[in-house]
Amino acid sequence: MSAGSLAILVIDENRIRASIIEAGLRDAGHRHVTVVHDVAGIARRIAEIEPDVIVIDLENPNRDMLENMFQLSRAVKRPIAMFVDRSDQASIEAAVDAGVSAYVVDGLKKERIKPILDMAISRFNAFSSMARELEEARSELENRKVVDRAKGILMKSRGLSEEAAYALLRKTAMNQNRKIAEIAQSLVTAAGLLGPLEGE
Amino acid sequence: MSTTASHQVTAGFMPLFDSAVLVAADEMGFAAREGIALKLHRETSWANIRDRIAIGHFDVAHMLGPMPLACSLGLTPLASETIVPFSLGLGGNCVTVSNAVWEGMAAHGVVPDLDPARAGAALGALIRERAAAGREPLRFAVVHPHSGHNYELRYWLAACGIDPDRDIEIVIVPPPFMTDALAAGRIDGYCVGEPWNSAAVAAGIGRIVTVKALLWRNSPEKVVGARRSWAEENPETLAALLRALHHSARWCQAPANRSELAALMARPDFLGQPEAIQMPILTGQLQLGAGEARNVEDFFLPFDKAANFPWKSHALWFYTQMVRWGQLAHTPQNLAIARDCYRPDLYRSALKPLGVALPGANAKVEGALKVATPVGSAGASLVLGPDGFFDGQIFDPDRIDAYIAGQKRA
Repeated sequence: MSAGSLAILVIDENRIRASIIEAGLRDAGHRHVTVVHDVAGIARRIAEIEPDVIVIDLENPNRDMLENMFQLSRAVKRPIAMFVDRSDQASIEAAVDAGVSAYVVDGLKKERIKPILDMAISRFNAFSSMARELEEARSELENRKVVDRAKGILMKSRGLSEEAAYALLRKTAMNQNRKIAEIAQSLVTAAGLLGPLEGE
Repeated sequence: MSTTASHQVTAGFMPLFDSAVLVAADEMGFAAREGIALKLHRETSWANIRDRIAIGHFDVAHMLGPMPLACSLGLTPLASETIVPFSLGLGGNCVTVSNAVWEGMAAHGVVPDLDPARAGAALGALIRERAAAGREPLRFAVVHPHSGHNYELRYWLAACGIDPDRDIEIVIVPPPFMTDALAAGRIDGYCVGEPWNSAAVAAGIGRIVTVKALLWRNSPEKVVGARRSWAEENPETLAALLRALHHSARWCQAPANRSELAALMARPDFLGQPEAIQMPILTGQLQLGAGEARNVEDFFLPFDKAANFPWKSHALWFYTQMVRWGQLAHTPQNLAIARDCYRPDLYRSALKPLGVALPGANAKVEGALKVATPVGSAGASLVLGPDGFFDGQIFDPDRIDAYIAGQKRA
């Protein structure tokens, strides 16, 4: 069997993360990759796919259900060696830290599952850092919007130029040892409470 | 006693009411008073709890009573030696069915009195009626294969002449999904801990038909599982933790603290469920559905009646059920592992300095106490039981071969 002949099932409710993992597996030469987002009806899917390896998010509360199904199902022989290998504590910890868990059908050598799991872990981590960057970018955008509105309020109420309005915000922030965005937010909130300074 | 935290303990828990003793140990300061810095981690599945204990992420955890046995017996993907030095309470579960199943049972004589024998007879008649009409078997859910829920549901059904493997289907559903699965018709009933039975009643989608406390009075439920190597390397920390849990359990049991406890558990970082829905487990005043209510004595005991003592007879009964339902072979070696898993010796040595009542024995004959009975114990007096099984059976841990031989599938 070549690497690509392994049937791999990825169970992940997060579609973006699932597609990242799937892409990684395909890049690594795995051709039989199936992604499932919803565990409803999973027993039938597993019987159809007959996966050699199942990768699932540790945060998925259906892990208990899945394990039990493996024990009962005749479609999947008695499977579940878990994570990578029982003796390999470091790999297991890495998998747990990343939030990924793998079920391996009996008889599959650990040398063959290790790269799949390593890939899944790195993709999980890549997704996490991507999600973090996305969050940072979004809050950056939010900050910029609120600063712009605060500037607008100052320009209108104090007759300041945009530059002078920004300088005033920055000075206040420095004096109070707070972030510019926080000062801007306070100003916007206060303006909202005090009356129709802006055409809203 | 030291007030600075000198011992770090990492503990996993599942969002269920019977994690309350662990939660209150931290939140109400019982752990800190024993010098323990308790770090609680909420988990999403029992499999995670079990695996994280196995690889050392958690020192101890809120666990299903049979789960440490399953770990130590190698029934789990990651085998690990897990011991039980403390029980988190007795009782607390119910069997809930859909309104449609209740209607079917009502045609066969069920009444809302929680009586297990009558409810079981009605369910059996409904099952036979459905089979004769060529309809699909009913599907019941429990939370885990190695759980008190699975064993008590099966015990009840089998004692009422229903084969839990042939006459119905049993599936696994995570506790917070139970009510949704019932409402959607994916399952017809379930056995789970509170508040997930009262939640179905409150939503008008199910009826409580019987309770654990009536199937087996004062029967074991969740425990504190500890990784054996951690317990052996940190005996003082474990002892201090057990003392903290003892004080916490006593606080949780006291009626005066009920509303404070319900408010604590209602917080989003613990259960995130309204306080009101948590009162039935604390008071035993259950709403069964359609306006019917019953008061259940000893419905859930976090402290009273030696609720925290890890009886070896409890572990051994779980063992007999693992054998009964084909999860495990009955061998002298397996029996020895099961017997060594629960550790009353650790409980006793940790609590001895407190001068509290401690049972003198490590095991008891389950089902022998028909009424509440004071027993000989070190220090203050201790009241046990009643502890009867609903079908009048007795479990004598000294006659385990005979008990296993006498077990029927239905």
